[in-house]
Amino acid sequence: MTSAPFPTGPINAVSGTAIAVRGDDIDTDRIIPARFLKCVTFSELGPAAFADDRAELNGHHPFDQSAHRGARLLVVNRNFGCGSSREHAPQALMRWGIRAVIGESFAEIFFGNCLALGIPCLSVDHDTALAVQAAIEADPALELSADLETLELRGAQGPSWPLTLAAGPRQMLRSGQWDATGQLLANGAALTATAARLPYLQGFAAA
Amino acid sequence: MSSGTLYDKVWDLHQVAELPGGSTQLFIGLHLIHEVTSPQAFAALKDLGLQVARPERTVATVDHIVPTTSQARPFADPLAEQMLATLEANCAEHGITLHGLGSGRQGIVHVIAPELGLTQPGMTVACGDSHTSTHGAFGAIAFGIGTSQVRDVLASQSLAMGKLRVRRIWVEGQLQSGVYAKDLVLHVIRVLGVKGGVGYAYEFAGPAIDALSMEERMTLCNMAIEGGARCGYVNPDQTTFDYLQGRPFAPAGDAWPRAVAWWRSLASGPEAVFDDEVRFDAGAIAPTVTWGITPGQGIGVDETVPTLEQTEPDERPLAQEAYRYMDLVPGAAIAGTPVDVCFIGSCTNGRLSDLQAAAQVAKGRRVAPGIKAFVVPGSEQVAAAAVAAGLDQVFTEAGFEWREPGCSMCLAMNPDRLEGRQISASSSNRNFKGRQGSANGRTLLMSPAMVAAAAVTGQVTDVRTLLP
Repeated sequence: MTSAPFPTGPINAVSGTAIAVRGDDIDTDRIIPARFLKCVTFSELGPAAFADDRAELNGHHPFDQSAHRGARLLVVNRNFGCGSSREHAPQALMRWGIRAVIGESFAEIFFGNCLALGIPCLSVDHDTALAVQAAIEADPALELSADLETLELRGAQGPSWPLTLAAGPRQMLRSGQWDATGQLLANGAALTATAARLPYLQGFAAA
Repeated sequence: MSSGTLYDKVWDLHQVAELPGGSTQLFIGLHLIHEVTSPQAFAALKDLGLQVARPERTVATVDHIVPTTSQARPFADPLAEQMLATLEANCAEHGITLHGLGSGRQGIVHVIAPELGLTQPGMTVACGDSHTSTHGAFGAIAFGIGTSQVRDVLASQSLAMGKLRVRRIWVEGQLQSGVYAKDLVLHVIRVLGVKGGVGYAYEFAGPAIDALSMEERMTLCNMAIEGGARCGYVNPDQTTFDYLQGRPFAPAGDAWPRAVAWWRSLASGPEAVFDDEVRFDAGAIAPTVTWGITPGQGIGVDETVPTLEQTEPDERPLAQEAYRYMDLVPGAAIAGTPVDVCFIGSCTNGRLSDLQAAAQVAKGRRVAPGIKAFVVPGSEQVAAAAVAAGLDQVFTEAGFEWREPGCSMCLAMNPDRLEGRQISASSSNRNFKGRQGSANGRTLLMSPAMVAAAAVTGQVTDVRTLLP
C-alpha cells in the first residue's frame, strides 16, 4: 500500500518500480472480486486487489511479494481488465499504488475507467511485454519510467521499449484534461441544442 | 470507416461537441443506475458542488445486492442494506425515479428498462454495468460505463466517448429446435474470441436475427461485451415495435406512428458500409456449453473439451489454466459432466421466455438427487407473468426453488453463491474464476433449457434429447 497522492493535473511520465502480473484475459472479477463491491466508497479497496488470485497462490502472487511493494507500474499481457465495467478495479489498483498500466492490450471499458482516474494504459507488443516482465521479475528494484511525451519505457540504464497510446487519451493525460466533467459542463448550449433535435425528447414531432 | 449504419446515425444525432482531447461529447438519452456503481458517483457530484442535470433522464432500480429469498427490510447483510439506503437517499435528494422492491417494477436493470418501454430505438443508453449492451436489442446504442462516467452523465447528461468501428455479424438460416439465442452468442464468442470485438460495435443481422424475439435479441446483445464489443445491436423492425407498443413509457397516441416512422428510418440501409463482416450459419449451431474460465471457451454439447493440440498456440496458457481450475479432462466429452448447482436467471436469461423454455424441460420431471436448482425471475413483472402462467408451480413441483427477482448467483454480491469447488450449470453470462462467489467455484454457461436439462439429469445433457 502506498500513501502517494492520486493522479492530478498533467501526466507526462510515470516513474518508479514495477510489478508484473502475467496472463491473458485477466478480468475485473479477478482484479477485485465482487464481494468487495459491497461498499459506498472506494476507500478500502486497495488491499483487496487480486484477493482471490493471491489466496490461490498462497503468498506467491506478485502483489504479495515485499520486493514489489510500492510499485507504480503494472505490466500485464492481453485483454487486461475484461468483463465487468466496475471502476472498483482501477480504483483498487490505484489505491494499492499503481499509477500506470503497461500491457499488450486492454478491455475498452477498463481503459476508459483508468483514463478517468489519470492512469495511462500503455500498449506494448507481445515480445516487449514478456521482456519487461522478465526484467522486473529478475530485478524488482528496477526503476522504470513510462514517458508519455516520447512514448518510451526506459530504465536508468539498459534498453528502452516503445509504447503506444492513442493521440486522444495521450493529449488528455498530457494536458491534464483527463477528467472530463469540466469539459462536458462547458458545452451547456450545445447540450441543449442536441437535446432539442432528438425526436424522442420532442414527442417525435421532429420525426 | 463505417457509414450509413444505425450506429453511425444514432452517433451523429447525439454528438454534442468535439472535446479538446479528441473524443466526442455524446448526449445520453437514457441513464440507468443501480446501487453498486452509483453511490461514489453521487458522492463525487456532491464534492464538486454539482446537481443532476436532467433527473428525468435517469432511472434507478436495485438488483445486484438484493437477497432472493426474503426481501424484507432491513436486509440481514448491513452492507447490502446500506447500499440500498444510499441509493434511496440519492434518488430522493435528486428527484430520480427509483423502481424499488415491491413497486411491481423492480428487477434487474437490463430486464426492467425494456419491459417498461424506457429503452427505445435510436437512443443512447448508458449504465454503470457492462451488460448495458443488452439494450442494443432495440436498435439503441447502449454501453457500460465506470463510476466516473456515471458522475459525468449525472452532471451533464453526456459522456466523452470515442467512436467504435462497426462489424456486421450476419447470421443465415434458422436455429434448430433446442438451440437458443444463448447458444448463438456463445458460438459467436467461441469463434471470434473474447477480445475479437474490442474496438467494435457488433451489428447482428440476417435471417436468423430477424426471426428472433425481442427477448432473444436481448440475450444476444447482452453478451456482446463478453466478445469484447462494448455494444451490440439489432436494427429495429416490426418485432421491436410490436414489443414496445402499449408499454408504460413507450410513445402512445399520435406520437406512436411518428415514433415508428423515425425508428424505421434508423436501421442500417442497403447502402450502409461496415468496417468488417463475419458470417455464421445458425443451422449449424448446437447447444453450446463453456468448459473453461472465459465465455470464449465454449463447445457444442456433443463435442469434447479441446486438447492442447486442438488449441491455437497463443490460447494454450489460458487453456492450461482452465484445465487446472475446472478440473476437466482435455479430450473428454462435456456431456455427462456432473453438476452441483443449477441456476436459471440473470440479465442474460431471466425473462419470461427463458423461464418458459426451462419449464418445458422441467415439467413432469424431478431435479436429480443432491442437486440444488433454483429459478430467479429477472424482475417483479417477469415473476408475476410467470406465476400467472403457472411456471412457478411447474418448477416447484419439479424440485426447483422459486425465488424473488435479482441478479442472484450471476455474481457474488448477495447470499446466492457457490460453495467451495461446486460446479454450476448457469444461465448467466460469465464463467470467470470466482465469479459465482466461491474463490474456486466453477461455472458452466449454457441456455436456461440446458440448465433445466442438467438439473433433472444431474449432469450436462443435450436438451434436444429431452424435448418432445
